[in-house]
Amino acid sequence: MKSKKLDIEQVASFLHDGMTIMYGGFMGNGTPPRLIQAILDSGVKDLTMIGDDTAFSDATKGPEGVGLLIRNKRIRKMITGHIGLNKEAQRQMIAGEMEIELCPIGSIAERIRAGGSGLGGVLTPTGVGTSVEDVPQDLTVNGQKYTKKPVFNINGRDFLYETPLRAELAVLEAVHADKAGNLVYYTSMRNHNPLMALAADTVIAEVHQIVEVGCIDPDHVMTPGVLVDYLVYPK
Amino acid sequence: MTQEMSAKEFIARRIALELKDGDTVNLGIGLPTLVANYLPPGVTLMLQSENGFLGIGPVPEEITPIGQPRVVNAGGAPCSIIPGGSTFDTSISFALMRGGHLDACVLGGLQVDENADLANWMVPGKSVPGMGGAMDLAVGAKQVIVAMEHTAKGEKKILKKCDLPLTAKGRVSTLVTEKALFRFHDGKLVLEEYAPGVSVEEIRAETEASFIVSDKLKEMVISQVGL
Repeated sequence: MKSKKLDIEQVASFLHDGMTIMYGGFMGNGTPPRLIQAILDSGVKDLTMIGDDTAFSDATKGPEGVGLLIRNKRIRKMITGHIGLNKEAQRQMIAGEMEIELCPIGSIAERIRAGGSGLGGVLTPTGVGTSVEDVPQDLTVNGQKYTKKPVFNINGRDFLYETPLRAELAVLEAVHADKAGNLVYYTSMRNHNPLMALAADTVIAEVHQIVEVGCIDPDHVMTPGVLVDYLVYPK
Repeated sequence: MTQEMSAKEFIARRIALELKDGDTVNLGIGLPTLVANYLPPGVTLMLQSENGFLGIGPVPEEITPIGQPRVVNAGGAPCSIIPGGSTFDTSISFALMRGGHLDACVLGGLQVDENADLANWMVPGKSVPGMGGAMDLAVGAKQVIVAMEHTAKGEKKILKKCDLPLTAKGRVSTLVTEKALFRFHDGKLVLEEYAPGVSVEEIRAETEASFIVSDKLKEMVISQVGL
């Protein structure tokens, strides 16, 4: 079996300026800290980051998560649902230094799921009649150009069309992995991680514990190892 | 309303009586979270944490440090999961909302209007935190209960039409303030309860929206837990 082990120093070889990266986590819980640090250390910039939120700017309240890359101005654009507890993210958005596409969290999750599942997008009632409709789009539906999100009335109910999301790289955090990359998450740390494992060209998971193949009951695997390209072992 | 009780506590105590034993409920951050403190004896809820579990439990005695595997709530604060709880990914968590699997959600409000529209997520030019899960909750929960002070520094918040960016259109079922409880029936706003000592005239004077006064209008009763 080909080893999936990746030294943290090797992460840089998967990175380039202007790339799109998905990061697991919800308020930084389930965001892989060493992988975020490795992205910073590589020097890449102008990133598009897709994830739940921008975590905490006050390190006494919770993990900084993707905020490390925000604080160091490596991000050009974010697609995210909440920036309320990261003052620097709000400052950069208002100053026009970073583009933020706000999207309801349930829609982010389903857009990632669609992107990873080979689906053409999502029809959701969430955001109908709100400013979420007005997020600029470069979209063609049945030959017709749309500059905002189209609303489809289906059997009498309005649904907003949301495009699928994919990334070049997904960085995940799991609590256990076997050497084949089968992942187990811990409680609230699961969040978007299993969805993102399907939706990126390259998937790297940082794990707290590595076990031999066969040590995880197949019924307990939360992300199948075939989706995980590389594992960053614990220090 | 008693002198010593804050408007927020009064509202939370009234909403605590709206929820039934065994209900699956999402309580929003802030005032809605207080509701859990006033549930009457015999009422146990399955509380959803939108980051991916059911069964929010108390803050653990020993808090696991940041960086080690730990359970947090949707605000990122350490908590626990009660026996019988369950964990899942974000897709399932928001399917619980959008798919109509929550008996109720309790949300804070900036404005509610007579069309049952809710605005609660941003004030242009002032605060743009992001909608988080509020839009998904508002479109999907079976009952959308809004907990909101009746006015803000004298400004009316129950309007003919919201002028702040909307969270959801036509989805509010119940609105509880420190002065009144309204419900929407067939798209019409109905005043059903008034707080002790508050007249219908006073409620009218502080409410821009048109409303019907229920023929079963009564004085509000609140949870007495801990009083």
